[in-house]
Amino acid sequence: MNPRKPSIAVYKFSSCDGCQLSLLNMEDELLDLAEAVDIAYFLEATRAARPGPYDIAIVEGSITTEHEVERIKEVRRDAKILIALGTCATSGGVQALRNFADHKVYASKVYEHPEFLHYLPTSTPIAEHVAVDLELWGCPVNKRQVLEIITALLNNRRPNLPQYSVCLECKRSGTVCVLVDKGIPCMGPATQAGCGAICPSNGRGCYGCFGPAKSTNVDSLVHILRNAERMPGETERLFRGISGNAPAFQMAAESFISKEKK
Amino acid sequence: MKNIEVPALARVEGEGGLFIGLQDGKAVEIRLDIYEPPRFFEGFLTGRFLQEVPDITARICGICPVAYQMSSAFALENALGIKIHPQVRALRRLMYCGEYIESHALHIYMLQAPDLLGKESALELAAVAPDVVKNALRLKKIGNQLLKTIGGRSVHPVSVCIGGFYRWADKAKLQALLPDLEWGLQAALDTLKWSVTLPYPDLEIDYEFVALHHADEYAVIEGEILSSKGISLSTAEYESRYLEKHVRHSNALHGYTVDGGTYLVGPLARLNLNHEQLLPIARKAMEEANIQLPLKNPYKSLIARAVELVQAYEEAIELVKNYSPEGTSAVELKLKAGEGTGATEAPRGLLYHRYQIDDGGLVQFAKITPPTAQNLPRIEADLFELAPKIVSLPEAEATLTAEHLVRAYDPCISCATHFLKLKVEEK
Repeated sequence: MNPRKPSIAVYKFSSCDGCQLSLLNMEDELLDLAEAVDIAYFLEATRAARPGPYDIAIVEGSITTEHEVERIKEVRRDAKILIALGTCATSGGVQALRNFADHKVYASKVYEHPEFLHYLPTSTPIAEHVAVDLELWGCPVNKRQVLEIITALLNNRRPNLPQYSVCLECKRSGTVCVLVDKGIPCMGPATQAGCGAICPSNGRGCYGCFGPAKSTNVDSLVHILRNAERMPGETERLFRGISGNAPAFQMAAESFISKEKK
Repeated sequence: MKNIEVPALARVEGEGGLFIGLQDGKAVEIRLDIYEPPRFFEGFLTGRFLQEVPDITARICGICPVAYQMSSAFALENALGIKIHPQVRALRRLMYCGEYIESHALHIYMLQAPDLLGKESALELAAVAPDVVKNALRLKKIGNQLLKTIGGRSVHPVSVCIGGFYRWADKAKLQALLPDLEWGLQAALDTLKWSVTLPYPDLEIDYEFVALHHADEYAVIEGEILSSKGISLSTAEYESRYLEKHVRHSNALHGYTVDGGTYLVGPLARLNLNHEQLLPIARKAMEEANIQLPLKNPYKSLIARAVELVQAYEEAIELVKNYSPEGTSAVELKLKAGEGTGATEAPRGLLYHRYQIDDGGLVQFAKITPPTAQNLPRIEADLFELAPKIVSLPEAEATLTAEHLVRAYDPCISCATHFLKLKVEEK
């Protein structure tokens, strides 16, 4: 057995900090985790920083500047395993809504001199720039899933992450379907499980923050949601949300627009 | 000594660096470089339906999402002329208590205390004082549990809507938290006693304090905007005095008063302006700890946070005990075109939102002024005042003292970066 503890580095790109915070929010496990691994670089938690290479890099955030394009390559070079943590890192996050709009208009809404800004016209996931070994979706990620990933890596096994949709979580918890029962538009059928179906259990529709589930029929959901719309544009805006840059949701929003035009 | 340079600030929310240019023992240049990229929230809020706004603005900050949800909700309710149910108001205050608890416990123990105890992190502190860190984590966890019980999860909770809540929080589940909350109140009182014993660097600043103020409660979700200069404004009048300047060679909008002054928002401002509204246990604890107000040392904002931690636990217990939801949890919305403002006290300070909506409830204009943007000019000004005191110190100590000052502000850099700042050196 190798007595050396695996080293972990945690990085932030364009994001809100909420996924890194999920590490600090492991109040019951944090001290044990710090025993089991060597937290070599984690600026939000510690001033002490050791240079790479590291065994595991955990990356929060999306790529939105030239500087980040270069920085993520360095992160990749320094790490054996790279984990993209959260919906910003896996799809571009809410800031990827700029990808479907004129970013110049956005910048001019906020800044008097947008020409001073340095940013890319798009927000993109980590995997568009470097090879990613493991993606964990969620805005924010579920800290249980973060723990599962780290534990799996420490034990050299495959992490056990759900591949089904939010619908199954509702069924398991006995939550009555908000779409069927109340006609509330819900992205649950097309969204990856992992949150615990917290939106339907709060009496509202899922808004897709865990990204598209594998092999779901998004077209069919678009059709159902259009019939359940409470106001014009509701379905399109649902898909143009937190995970709007995920290819399946992007295609759904686009197919919807082209149908409108016909 | 050479210049003081910290390329990447640790234990702050978001990414930033610090540069202090020294010449003949004086600071000639201060740069708080925030290289967190802009995310254009005001841009993509435009065209969204008002009910989607709290879900989007939450994503501005992972540590204080509730603050963003609350300021949005109050602003949009104000635009529609909605009066919320008193129990909704009480539940929002309770939810905010959860955020104060997790955010303040995180900042006190994990972000700032290591500086005062000569450690690099709370994890390093745990090696020598495991019980302190274990208690700190439990204090923080209870805040997160409160948020989870009300909002489904602690980061980006999902229960707040315009008009109220999507669903009432479960009364039995909230009451089940009471033993933890009672434990937390005692631990918070211990935190306050301990906080006044820490070795804070000397620095007294003559601040203009600005915070929400309410005659009947320690203002967090509602009140007038009060300045220590005696100026009181309604939320709707905020922009008549508090401006954002786009500084040449800087991409940040900086908060200034209309006459060009800097001002301070956050726990020091709140405590100094609103201590008379503290609940009895918090007030007594503050007196027993012999805390003399006004507190004017920025490092001692940790003490103000500790008082507020007691207040948040005390208030949470009261609100849980009195929680009695009845009727619908949200007012039905009657859409109309209009404009509304909302201001609440995020753990880091005053957070102001203004929206214009059309008659279909779609956002036409959004303006968000986060606390850290308002404090940025003040942090730089503090560093100028600090510089002469630290130039004679060994470089590592001087750097740490300057870094510590920035951390004491609990800057939320992700929040502030739709007011991105990237100073270009002009020589």
